[in-house]
Amino acid sequence: MMRLELVKRPQRSMLFSALSPFIAFALTIIAGAVMFALLGVNPLTAFNIYFIEPISQVWQLHELAIKAAPLILIAVGLSVCYKANIWNIGAEGQFILGGIVGSMVPVLFPQFEGPLVLPLMLLLGMVGGAAYAAIPALLKTRFGTNEILTSLMLVYVAQLFLDWLVRGPWRDPQGHGFPQTIQFNDSAVLPELMPDAGRANWGFVFALVAAVLVWILMSRMLKGFEVRVLGSSPRAGRFAGFGLNRMVFFAFLLSGALAGLAGISEVSGAIGQLQPVISPGYGFTAIIVAFLGRLNPLGIVAAGLVLALTYLGGEAVQSALGISDKVARVFQGMLLFFVLGCDTLIHYRIRVIGLALTKPEGVAKLEAAPKLKEAR
Amino acid sequence: MSANQDGTNLLEVRGLTKIFGTLTACDHIDLDIARGEIHALLGENGAGKSTLVKMLFGSLEPNAGEIFWNGQAVRISSPGAAKKLGIGMVFQHFSLFEALTAAENIALSLDDGSPISSIAAKARALSFSYGLPLDPDSLVGDLSVGERQRIEIIRCLLQTPQLIILDEPTSVLTPQEADKLFETLERLRSEGKSILYISHRLEEVKRICDRATVLRHGKVVGHCNPREETASSLARMMVGNEVQAVVRAPVEGIDKAQPLLEIRNLNRKPATPFSIPLKGINLNVRAGEVIGIAGVAGNGQGEFFETVSGEVLQQDAASVRIRGKDAGGLTITGRRLLGAAFVPEERLGHGAAPRMKLSENLLLSRHATDGKAFVGSGGMVKSAAIQAASQRIIEAMDVRKSAPDPEAAALSGGNLQKFIVGRELDRRPSVMVVNQPTWGVDAGAAAHIRQALIELSRSGSAVLVISQDLDELFEISDAIAVMHNGELSRPIPIAEATFERVGLLMGGAEPGHAEHTLETA
Repeated sequence: MMRLELVKRPQRSMLFSALSPFIAFALTIIAGAVMFALLGVNPLTAFNIYFIEPISQVWQLHELAIKAAPLILIAVGLSVCYKANIWNIGAEGQFILGGIVGSMVPVLFPQFEGPLVLPLMLLLGMVGGAAYAAIPALLKTRFGTNEILTSLMLVYVAQLFLDWLVRGPWRDPQGHGFPQTIQFNDSAVLPELMPDAGRANWGFVFALVAAVLVWILMSRMLKGFEVRVLGSSPRAGRFAGFGLNRMVFFAFLLSGALAGLAGISEVSGAIGQLQPVISPGYGFTAIIVAFLGRLNPLGIVAAGLVLALTYLGGEAVQSALGISDKVARVFQGMLLFFVLGCDTLIHYRIRVIGLALTKPEGVAKLEAAPKLKEAR
Repeated sequence: MSANQDGTNLLEVRGLTKIFGTLTACDHIDLDIARGEIHALLGENGAGKSTLVKMLFGSLEPNAGEIFWNGQAVRISSPGAAKKLGIGMVFQHFSLFEALTAAENIALSLDDGSPISSIAAKARALSFSYGLPLDPDSLVGDLSVGERQRIEIIRCLLQTPQLIILDEPTSVLTPQEADKLFETLERLRSEGKSILYISHRLEEVKRICDRATVLRHGKVVGHCNPREETASSLARMMVGNEVQAVVRAPVEGIDKAQPLLEIRNLNRKPATPFSIPLKGINLNVRAGEVIGIAGVAGNGQGEFFETVSGEVLQQDAASVRIRGKDAGGLTITGRRLLGAAFVPEERLGHGAAPRMKLSENLLLSRHATDGKAFVGSGGMVKSAAIQAASQRIIEAMDVRKSAPDPEAAALSGGNLQKFIVGRELDRRPSVMVVNQPTWGVDAGAAAHIRQALIELSRSGSAVLVISQDLDELFEISDAIAVMHNGELSRPIPIAEATFERVGLLMGGAEPGHAEHTLETA
């Protein structure tokens, strides 16, 4: 009879804290190799197609940036929430609402053109995401509801609302009945950075700027200090005079606005119109990005690129090897699993407790076992 | 039952050692406890008393050493095993369910399946025979701390232990309640039971204990007969050197001084079913004086601190006035800006964020009052300025630490408390409110903190100290008020205050009539 126990380590190793994401990535690769082998594919071939080929040409790097931009934007906002111990799980919904509200300009006023259109759309996108995030914040501060549940459930509301819009009132009359809005006019499309080299648009620049600004906020400013204090010891935060309710709104509004910005950037940049589905789960994948990046905005930039690659790789193995692109989901899940596992082992060590030390309990269990059998 | 009643001791401990990481909490401890003796275990906080006792009670496993029970080597692997041997323990922090009755709480720990009614009957009988009056059917939530302790003691006695371990039992009692407890302990001794009595209160150890073992830094530094020692010689053994006495200069013309903190008819409804309502509290603290608030733990001191500090706001803005301004509606930040400073009871998680550096913890209470010095334009934190200021505090308060700017949790209790008090003193606040200034702090640091509070008041500030430690309050206060069940007595000037008088008020003698009762007595 053996029992495993987690024992808190007196000191965290700084070295392994920094190495943790890399170890997790290595473990994911090993587990991924086993998975490919079980699927009957040579792991080396598969890895080449999954991780190397999708980024071997310049235009493919642009595709990577397109996928990484929303992940980074959303995850940077979520990192503020999670540092404050506030659990916004609904970034996917805030992303969609940002896309919808920002699209009001080109969809409802297609004749409105000029340099003002795009800034207005981006602003509305942020407002839309923030307003949608304000709902769980209000419910939490007013009624004490659990923000994990409310923010998550609002995702499905947003998805169905978008679906209804593009099939109903906002459907393109000339679209042969397809569930989609009209194509945005040119001044409503987010410009590409280097049109000759690839499709990457300004969304990636927004993501980098947001990461740097939030990094400064969290590490250098009083507001960031407030976030960290309230997140790690709320009572000390109250003693400092920081308001927990104000913080709930701040964190939700900030992360909602960034998710909304990601949403409208995606719609006006990569897609160019509203469709029933505008996100392959960016809002949820960004949660992995936030933790893989250790809730540090600069780490999140790197983590966002890695997770973007899992999307591209998934598409690549599907077309080249005929393996389901659900492989991407498996990789994302394994990555999160190993990151959290590594983090746990940085804070705790495993102690194996043998039979000898816990004799009374061991005896009790042995006695209990036959009874269980009888009961069956 | 035991093989040899004569000769052997009930309990013998040889070379018991416990190591936590790099810290040797108990280092080759030897201890003998004879039958029918009250044995004191003396030592400062952090000396290893609790660790030793946890090993005897089976909740910690020693790294090395042997325990002999009635001359037989034993391994105590769990509290259950300790109880089977005949070792009972009454903890400093009670483990009772407030929503259950006393009898139900006792039944939970006995787990022998006997019906509650018979347990209640046994408990009632036991409580009468030992002079510990207790109604087994009363709800724990309604009982005073002293009564809760009786439940713990009776729960322990029901298991007919040979050795009873009491961890700081009088820290939650009034002097009169403590006298009652001592009678019970003497009665148990006369029945041949042994008691291991953990305390740092030297007077009571001298009074009831037959022998004492003194621990310092995890080692036994001496065995003695406390009756032959003086309080100061015991203190010297505990601390290792002479503790500097606190000097309190007399104040003159205090009657004419301005009240800087005024509390007017302060009421507060209980926030939870088990918190204490505050009822019509009035108090003035004037420039230049230290007012102490005595009281048994859990009589509303925590609630009172929250309302004075502004962590909880008041409806009536005039119920708390700081430097002549209504502050009842102001947040803790607003009250700090009026010149007030606060030190809460809990260090880790309330007065300081455990996982943050000392310099960041400086910012915790001073980001608003020292906004210009510590926070630049646009909300950027000036980290050079907060580091310089925290170094200044570390030097002024003699904070000992292992790294230049360690996390708060890495400091010992005493050193962190010196930093937290120093953080507020460094502002030279005109009103200072401190809850339990030296709780769990070693004697040297405690003397330092007390002296600093007195000096702050003598420089013209108003200081309010809430404490459960009567010795401390008599040492530093110019007047002592007593809080009981959410009410506050009038402050008694220190020249007229006696332990007996304060003790009566702590036990609930009616504030208005206390003086009258004493005169007639």
